[in-house]
Amino acid sequence: MWSFFHKLGSPPWLYGIAGSILRYLLPVTVIALVVGAVWGLLFTAPDFRQGNSYRIIYIHVPAAVVALAGYYVMAAAGAVSLIWRMKMADVAMKAAAPIGAALTFVALFTGSVWGKPTWGTWWVWDARITSMLVLLFLYLGVVALYEAFDNKEAASKACAVLSLVGMVNIPIIYKSVDWWYSLHQPASIKFTGESTIDSSMLYPLLLMITAFYCLFACAMLMNMRAELLEREAKTGWVRKLAAEGAH
Amino acid sequence: MSTPPGAAAFCLRLVRRQLLLAFRRPIDIANPLVFFAMVIALFPLGLGPAPDQLAAFAPGVLWIIALLSNLLTSDTVFRGDYDDGSLEQLLLAPQPLYLSGLAYICAHWLVTGLPLVLISPLFAVMLNLPAAGILALALSLLLGTAVLSLVGAIGAALTVGLRRGGMLISLLILPLYMPVLIFGSACVQAAVTGVPTGPYLAILGAMLSLAIALAPLAVAAGLRISIDA
Repeated sequence: MWSFFHKLGSPPWLYGIAGSILRYLLPVTVIALVVGAVWGLLFTAPDFRQGNSYRIIYIHVPAAVVALAGYYVMAAAGAVSLIWRMKMADVAMKAAAPIGAALTFVALFTGSVWGKPTWGTWWVWDARITSMLVLLFLYLGVVALYEAFDNKEAASKACAVLSLVGMVNIPIIYKSVDWWYSLHQPASIKFTGESTIDSSMLYPLLLMITAFYCLFACAMLMNMRAELLEREAKTGWVRKLAAEGAH
Repeated sequence: MSTPPGAAAFCLRLVRRQLLLAFRRPIDIANPLVFFAMVIALFPLGLGPAPDQLAAFAPGVLWIIALLSNLLTSDTVFRGDYDDGSLEQLLLAPQPLYLSGLAYICAHWLVTGLPLVLISPLFAVMLNLPAAGILALALSLLLGTAVLSLVGAIGAALTVGLRRGGMLISLLILPLYMPVLIFGSACVQAAVTGVPTGPYLAILGAMLSLAIALAPLAVAAGLRISIDA
């Protein structure tokens, strides 16, 4: 048990294990994305009011869900790095921020594409849209703060504090559709009780959400590997790796 | 060697020292207020001087300007003491950094937030805010600017060691200012339309309690990081 934690602090071990996870996770992600997208976009019945335009839900909702979850991952990694001084948690936090920002952007963009045919407008200052925009700014703030420091160790710590402070906004984003009058409907998928979405639409959506989670994990692991190589560029194991790769 | 002062006495001395420093340079106290007045003058120029139109925008406009003038000064909370090294001494002091951070924030609010609250009725009249909204404006600013100072200090603590921190700090703390802006301007709006303002003030008060309890923790962590870097 403890040796696992010790190993977790070792960059070459983490680099290796991230690589072997990726070897299996990447194909699974690609298959889930392709199957989910084809199933959702081609083989589900059109919505009786929105017609075919609702199909963007299979991109929009997974991106938004994972963008929010990504913030938790980033803040949790930040907390671990602050509390237990684990350097590898820094790497994880730094890796999560740009992916989260990208997913938030995708959610906002697909939302506005979806909004045009259904609500008749690209953009409204609706509670959820506004709070997702705030989420994008929170992510960008973390990225910008990291870049501003020359000392990368201090940068990671500062970003960890910032991402923990930003956590106060996340419950507000989740609950914004319930608290304020909003064009977005309240949550349709419920863990307890009956979901208000038909199961023929729900299953591909759940598959896509899972696929996006896997996609997030893959992107994060890849980012982490790149970051590890960059940080450890002067150490023996990276040089050895580079020498092996050169042949 | 004399015994070090207790935490409470130490904080009072810190607040007094910061206030003294501020009063020796009164221009620093006047600047945010002058900024406020100048931006107020921009709105009738930009939006047109029609009194009805100004009155409709006044609650939001007044709150946004208060937020911006706080943003401009938040960079300075720790700047001077970081530059002359006294912040390092503060970190070495036996008193908890949580409380001394709170003392800095308190002094900052006393010289930037409080004058703004006191002078806000005058600016409100300039923008033709209906009389019913004036008390709500002052009360919501009283609670809200304190939250802004607390949150702004987090950004200031994280960026104090950076040479180009000025622009960055707005990116860091403006997203966190937004909830305060929402409830602050909604409070004034409610008062103007005759809806009870109690709930909004209660939410601002809750934000303030939360910020007083948690923000100094982040400030202390931020200062440690900035000094170590």
